[in-house]
Amino acid sequence: MTSTAGVAPPLDVPGTGTGPTPGAPPEVPPETGRRRGKTGYLLLLPGALWLVLFFVVPFYSLVATSLYDPAGSDFRGYEMTWAVGNYVDALQEYWRPMLRSLWYGALATLFCLVLGYVLAYAIAFKAGRWKNLMLVLVVAPFFTSFLVRTLSWKLILADDGWVVNTLQFLQVLGEDGRLLATPVAVVAGLTYNFLPFMVLPLYASLDKIDPRLVEASSDLYAHPAVGFFKVTWPLSLPGVVSGTLLTFIPASGDYINAELLGSPNQRMVGGVIQSLFTDANDYPAAAALSMVLMVLIVVMVLLYVRRAGTEELL
Amino acid sequence: MSQVAETPTSPERPSAPARDGDHTAYDGLRLRQVTKEFAGGFTAVRSLDLDVPRGSFFALLGPSGCGKTTTLRMVAGLETPTSGTITLAGQDITYAKPYRRPVNTVFQSYALFPHLDIFENVAFGLRRRKEKDVDRRVREMLELVELSSQARKRPAQLSGGQQQRVALARALINQPEVLLLDEPLGALDLKLRRSMQIEVKRIQMEVGRTFVHVTHDQEEAMTMADTVAVMNGGVIEQMGAPAELYENPRSTFVANFLGQSNLIEGRVVQRAADVTSVDMHGIAVSVPTPRVHTDSDAGWVGIRPEKVLIGPPGEELDAPGNTIPGGVVSDVSFVGVSTQYLVRMPWGQELQVFSQNTGRTRMFSQGEQVELSWRPEYAFLLDRSQDAAAGAAERVGG
Repeated sequence: MTSTAGVAPPLDVPGTGTGPTPGAPPEVPPETGRRRGKTGYLLLLPGALWLVLFFVVPFYSLVATSLYDPAGSDFRGYEMTWAVGNYVDALQEYWRPMLRSLWYGALATLFCLVLGYVLAYAIAFKAGRWKNLMLVLVVAPFFTSFLVRTLSWKLILADDGWVVNTLQFLQVLGEDGRLLATPVAVVAGLTYNFLPFMVLPLYASLDKIDPRLVEASSDLYAHPAVGFFKVTWPLSLPGVVSGTLLTFIPASGDYINAELLGSPNQRMVGGVIQSLFTDANDYPAAAALSMVLMVLIVVMVLLYVRRAGTEELL
Repeated sequence: MSQVAETPTSPERPSAPARDGDHTAYDGLRLRQVTKEFAGGFTAVRSLDLDVPRGSFFALLGPSGCGKTTTLRMVAGLETPTSGTITLAGQDITYAKPYRRPVNTVFQSYALFPHLDIFENVAFGLRRRKEKDVDRRVREMLELVELSSQARKRPAQLSGGQQQRVALARALINQPEVLLLDEPLGALDLKLRRSMQIEVKRIQMEVGRTFVHVTHDQEEAMTMADTVAVMNGGVIEQMGAPAELYENPRSTFVANFLGQSNLIEGRVVQRAADVTSVDMHGIAVSVPTPRVHTDSDAGWVGIRPEKVLIGPPGEELDAPGNTIPGGVVSDVSFVGVSTQYLVRMPWGQELQVFSQNTGRTRMFSQGEQVELSWRPEYAFLLDRSQDAAAGAAERVGG
């Protein structure tokens, strides 16, 4: 093979967090290897134990709590009364933040997808020797705490900050227009915070695409734009699906961005749950609300994955 | 070149508006002074001139890094030449976008679309051009490459040889003016490669299109192509029919890369119109003058190992003219159809001799005194300034 063609061989970049699924959904156990005998099960043991301790047990406790007598308290103790009414009450009272969470989560995911796809595409196909550096930069925000980063957005978007001033000067914002305490700030914060979760799986998918496939599409009369939609996009779908899941799930459950960058009008369900647990000590309502959020997300994810056609992706 | 206007070379393009004189009459693929320099100063192709006649099976043969793939990619439009022009059927396509030229490529390792089934892979080009009858034409093409039963499978479910045929079908169905094959058989094992060589050749004869095949395997090039161009270091060393290249190589690179050669130091004694006399370590040998490819007196006398006859000293061999006495057999390997000898000559060089096992001559064993001879018409004379080992290390297989 001649190396003169200028086609970089598809390099597998080890390390640097390019692994497609650093926070992959842990609920999928590996295929039960029938041929492998006992070793496979032994290897599963630590993970299974971990999940039992920190997922199954708390989950059971959460389900139980959501059905306790709502009249209970820390002083009087709680009674299991199979109070299904907790769910009805929680939904009646908090359906707005619930829907808002899903809506903000979906918006942030969409923005992450658009920004992240362009970025991941550039890193995978155009970055050349800067590839690794750019990947490090994508992950770099994780070196500072989530809270600190979100707080600094509060400064950036502040009413007398340069962003608002500039936008006012450009007449995009009115005289007393502001960004902080608006949905814009919350969605922007979510988008910023969860962008790496979108970029990394997208990059992993795009980087695997053989550039010769794109050349082949061009050779077969496809204009580059057509080639993108017929070849690159379909081949990057696994990354799109895992990226949107990794973004949407935590973004819709997040409450830090809404608390720090929004006002009570932008409150997300995570914030409600948090204050029910820690301020109001209304554990049954908080647990019921958590369950509802979880079920909604699981249902949406299942519908989405089915729609995207899993067998095409795996 | 005669100025007869309107040679009806390309019926589908009645009149190209801008005809640059020299290109008009040629209906094949023509490269003129094509140079490709990559960033960083590496020159992959230097001032290449090439004519590929319409309907021929043309092979670009050379070792890794000789510029053959770059040449192919420039014809496909995947690289832009630094300078020079490429014309196809009289049309200048030097800077045409790859998706606008009537050229299709069978890529090395095929580059089949993994997310599409075989049918859709083959249909890809037709669909992009919004052609009619896609169904029928794809089915016919799959029949041609004997893959009708695999139409709904994904590329990953097929064997290497089948994927190879899909790649061929996907390119051929567009009826390109020129089909480019970039080492398409390189990934197959030897046996499959041999049968695919015959298969591809059969398909080429059947469709009668121009095929340009890039390969580093000299046997593959010679078996398949009508014309072979041997490339080395970004230039074409020699071009011609396989037999012509093999029998009358013009450089040490071609002599070694395309099969093996014995190259022996010689000095021209006398040049006549038909025969050139050469002094070879004190032995007078003759070389037909048309086979002398050097102007200087110092040269390499070249002879293919299978053209050398081996016999006991003093015996009249069937090769009047060049007889070289004083050899000692230093190695014998019996390979069935032939026996390969290494014979150490009085001047210290070891010559290779392939002797067909016709049963008419006996075998010689190590240490035996022998005499070598060859018919003068098989010898050739190359320039001494060329490296006698050029091309030998890059040769594939025997």
